[in-house]
Amino acid sequence: MSSAPLDGMVAAAGLDERVALRTRLAARGLDGTTLFVLPALLAILALFVYPFLYGLALSFRPKAGGVLGNYAHFFSDPFLYDTIWTTLRLAMPVTILNLVLAVPIAMRVRLMRRQRLLTTILVLPVTLGTVLVAEGLLNYLGPQGWFNRTLIWAGLLSGPVKLTNNYWGVFASLLITGFPFTFLLTLSYVTGIDPALEQAGAVHGASARQRFTRIILPLILPGLAITFCLSFVQAFAVFPSAVLLGAPAGPTRVISIAAYQAAFEEYDYSLASAIAMVMGAVQLAIVAAVLGARGMLYRGPVGGTKG
Amino acid sequence: MTLHAQTAPGGGALELRGVKRIFGSHAALAGIDLTIKAGEFIALLGPSGCGKSTALNCIAGLLPLSGGSIHLGDRRIDGLKPEDRGFGMVFQSYALFPHLNVRKNVGFGLTMRGVSRGEIDRRVDEALGLVRLREQAEKLPGQMSGGQQQRVAIARAIVIEPPVVLMDEPLSNLDAKLRLEMRAEIRRIHETIGSTTVYVTHDQDEALSMADRVVVMRDGTIRQVGTPEELYEKPAHQDVADFMGFRNRLPGRVVGVADGRAEVEVAGARLSGTARESVQAGGGAVVSIRPEDLVAVPGGPGLAARVTAIEYRGRAFFGNAVAADGTELFFRADRPLEKGADIRLTAEPARTLVFAGAGA
Repeated sequence: MSSAPLDGMVAAAGLDERVALRTRLAARGLDGTTLFVLPALLAILALFVYPFLYGLALSFRPKAGGVLGNYAHFFSDPFLYDTIWTTLRLAMPVTILNLVLAVPIAMRVRLMRRQRLLTTILVLPVTLGTVLVAEGLLNYLGPQGWFNRTLIWAGLLSGPVKLTNNYWGVFASLLITGFPFTFLLTLSYVTGIDPALEQAGAVHGASARQRFTRIILPLILPGLAITFCLSFVQAFAVFPSAVLLGAPAGPTRVISIAAYQAAFEEYDYSLASAIAMVMGAVQLAIVAAVLGARGMLYRGPVGGTKG
Repeated sequence: MTLHAQTAPGGGALELRGVKRIFGSHAALAGIDLTIKAGEFIALLGPSGCGKSTALNCIAGLLPLSGGSIHLGDRRIDGLKPEDRGFGMVFQSYALFPHLNVRKNVGFGLTMRGVSRGEIDRRVDEALGLVRLREQAEKLPGQMSGGQQQRVAIARAIVIEPPVVLMDEPLSNLDAKLRLEMRAEIRRIHETIGSTTVYVTHDQDEALSMADRVVVMRDGTIRQVGTPEELYEKPAHQDVADFMGFRNRLPGRVVGVADGRAEVEVAGARLSGTARESVQAGGGAVVSIRPEDLVAVPGGPGLAARVTAIEYRGRAFFGNAVAADGTELFFRADRPLEKGADIRLTAEPARTLVFAGAGA
């Protein structure tokens, strides 16, 4: 009995320490809720980090040659290294064109009251999937498709224009499937700008063009850079439409086709891994360059008031 | 400041003729007529939804008119785009360009007008001096306090030396102390630059203390235009009286009218007041009295009421009371009163206003 007060004190001290540790962890943003991150973390480790590291290691164990044999092979064979240029030639213009189309449409949609309807229509292609779009375009843009037939009927063309099974078929398909994504991102950046800023510009003498170039554009440019990166990465990984709508043996032999052929036609997983790594490096280089340039832009709040 | 060559309209009176603005089936402005003299400081005062901001946006050109016309001097301007009117405007949300530093924000209007670099620098410095922010010229708006941002917004509006400066509740986002300081500041700037100023507010104190003339608006119409003294002493309409602090609003029946005086029976008592609208004996009326003019007396004639709350507000006590018929009253007393005490309330006839109304 006589030791009871002492026991109580010890217990209290222990409790104090425990509470202190928990408080210290909470201060660093670690508490019970942090555990909810675990499943996602495991999934990322199992489905992304491990395969990536496995592929990276595999790419350094070529069927023939030294550690860098695959990379040496890739960069000495024009049939392989040309795919970088072929892919860039598709992905770059498509991404830029999508942005150029998305900005004015977003600027207009932002002012509309029936925004949701139009947005739904514009976003619909994303639900169709690349294959369906490719099939549709094969019919629509093909030599016997409506597009050619209408233009010939109207007397604008004497014979059908070849728009499928070449560069332009893939271009059109990428544009259609990529636009909704680009548009939605752009719309969110454009609507984030306080309309009072434009009004202030107008009252103080800026024409519509000046309001765009001096107020809107500088404020959405950082967002457009992010949009560019995401849309570009999507376009760079083009595969189904390059096969279905393009000329996979020549003009639209994109880098993912090269990787596919290495893996499943030549059964050289090591080379396929190396090609995938090159693909990743090219994407990373472009994204890093764009984000680097973005770092030089104004990136503060886009509202006119103190937040 | 000297006036520089501008394509924008020059000075002169700003005149609104039958200006209408209709949103769907709702008339935000039901045809208002108003002439604002060159160099005058006018406040548009009214509760939210009364059309004061709509009127300001119509003057700025940010909203097209549904009818009527706006003139500056002898030029009709309601067909001009906002950028061609050459006005300055201060927005409630400040609306500073967040990516431009203070110097570029203030110089924005001059840059748009193609003013030379050196001239811009000189005039921006001058404007920043006027709002006392010369040291902050290189900061971004996000790095400044609300009061400083508002001063930048004012500098941006006045640097172009506009014939008309429009202000849309510019002080509503500031704390009470800063608001008082900025009132004096805005008035001082107005006197320095001499531009016509149209100032929108829902704060009667602000309107009365700053403006040369106040326009009281309600439901898209103008209720009264007058100097602060006129509005405060002689509100011409019940709505204006409400806005000018006449908290006691007592419906009653007119028992006698003579030389602008009216005797009204209110809550079982007779009050003698000044008729502000034409009323007839036997008809209904509304009596308006400010709490500070409705005084508690120990006994004798007056409104019988029972005290429900009382508080000391320096110098005097202010309280709430209920009349026998349930009417709520706001009054002043010179000594503390018990809650539940029976009192008599009286007011001087000159400070008791009688308006036409449905009555009791």
